[in-house]
Amino acid sequence: MERFVDTFFKPSILASTWPAIAKGMLVTIEIAVLVVITGLALGLALAVLRTLRNRLLDFVIIIFIDFFRAIPPLVAVLLIYFGLPNVGIKIPSFAVLWLVLSLVLAAFAEEIFWAGILSVRRGQWEAARSTGLGAGQTLAFVVLPQAIRLAVPPLTNRTIAIIKNTALGTVIGVPEIINNATTAVSFLGNATPLMMGAIAYLILFAPIVALGSFIERRFAWRR
Amino acid sequence: MQAIVQQFFNFGIMAKALPLVLTGLRTTLLICLVVIPLGLSGGVLVAAISLSRNAPFRRITRLLVDLFRALPPLVLLIMVYSGLPFIGIRLTPLAAVSIAFFLNNSSYYGEIFRAGIESVPSGQWEAARSTGLSATQTFLFVVLPQAVRNVLPDLVSNTIEVVKLTSLASVVSMPEMLYSADMARSLTFNASPIVLAAAIYLAILWPAVRLVSRLEHAVAR
Repeated sequence: MERFVDTFFKPSILASTWPAIAKGMLVTIEIAVLVVITGLALGLALAVLRTLRNRLLDFVIIIFIDFFRAIPPLVAVLLIYFGLPNVGIKIPSFAVLWLVLSLVLAAFAEEIFWAGILSVRRGQWEAARSTGLGAGQTLAFVVLPQAIRLAVPPLTNRTIAIIKNTALGTVIGVPEIINNATTAVSFLGNATPLMMGAIAYLILFAPIVALGSFIERRFAWRR
Repeated sequence: MQAIVQQFFNFGIMAKALPLVLTGLRTTLLICLVVIPLGLSGGVLVAAISLSRNAPFRRITRLLVDLFRALPPLVLLIMVYSGLPFIGIRLTPLAAVSIAFFLNNSSYYGEIFRAGIESVPSGQWEAARSTGLSATQTFLFVVLPQAVRNVLPDLVSNTIEVVKLTSLASVVSMPEMLYSADMARSLTFNASPIVLAAAIYLAILWPAVRLVSRLEHAVAR
């Protein structure tokens, strides 16, 4: 038992390593928040563009979302991180991770928002237009509120799954939780930082996962 | 423009990297063959337990499911691969990948199967039991097939995620497709091998992604 504690929860290491883990948590939170904002905004914008029903535009958007739904995020991360510097574009690893995860989230969000928009009945469009609202107004004030409401449950779980990919940052040296933890493990030859890293993730994500399940049940909307 | 083509779409380098990347693809497929059946059967088990009447067992399972869904798969993998040696358990990369992904995937598949099973009306249970089928037979032959049909889009979609997940095995030096492509990249100082790997992932997964879109819209209607 004592050996177990010494290997996985050594008090002296807990005390000396927690600032590094805490810093990693901040980096993880920063990237996650940025990804959620840009990913969802871009996804919603693309879904709105699809209401224009422009064939060429639709085609480009579908290629984009299919690409990012089919490619492992780590492939895109390595591609951008190692490829761009060689063509003269210097981009920090933090930004690479943010960019890739935003695009992945945008791809999934677009699909979910678009499905939401499609499931708003035609009559809603027609009724709103007949009251004198313009097409843009109908979209913004009548259709989107209903579509977004429908999109919330599937979107929440997808978003959570994608922001957990912030851990991929460790592969390209973003100083997030698991990166700082594994650095400390190899430096100290002790597994305590690894456990601290896992606990840090649980502190961040367990409430969000619980919230996701709650929202999924609460928002389930039967028309 | 020339530089971009040179750096990302250098067909000469792709042709040279192709054999290595294809060897990697075989390992990727091997991982899929191990991990997907493990995850599916683990998921059925998790769903069966979380709907069972045994309260303590059920609560522990729910707790574990929430735990493994809160940890990023990469973190789970690193914990299994570099944490277990500290208590004397040294695993091969494939074993580590199988265990870590089993824990993660059974949780996700489990939630999907649970939703599917809950969507089957209880009259089906009662009718099946009243014909003389046992509880296990009812579950396997009456409820589960209907449950699977109801959540098919989610099952396919999660399986796509699992295939994409196998790329994480590169982090524990398992020579799967991304690992091989990245090795070719570091040898040639050129990103084209990774573009090649991306193209192969796309060729495998794009039809599945299309299928999911189809299925989702079919269910929505």
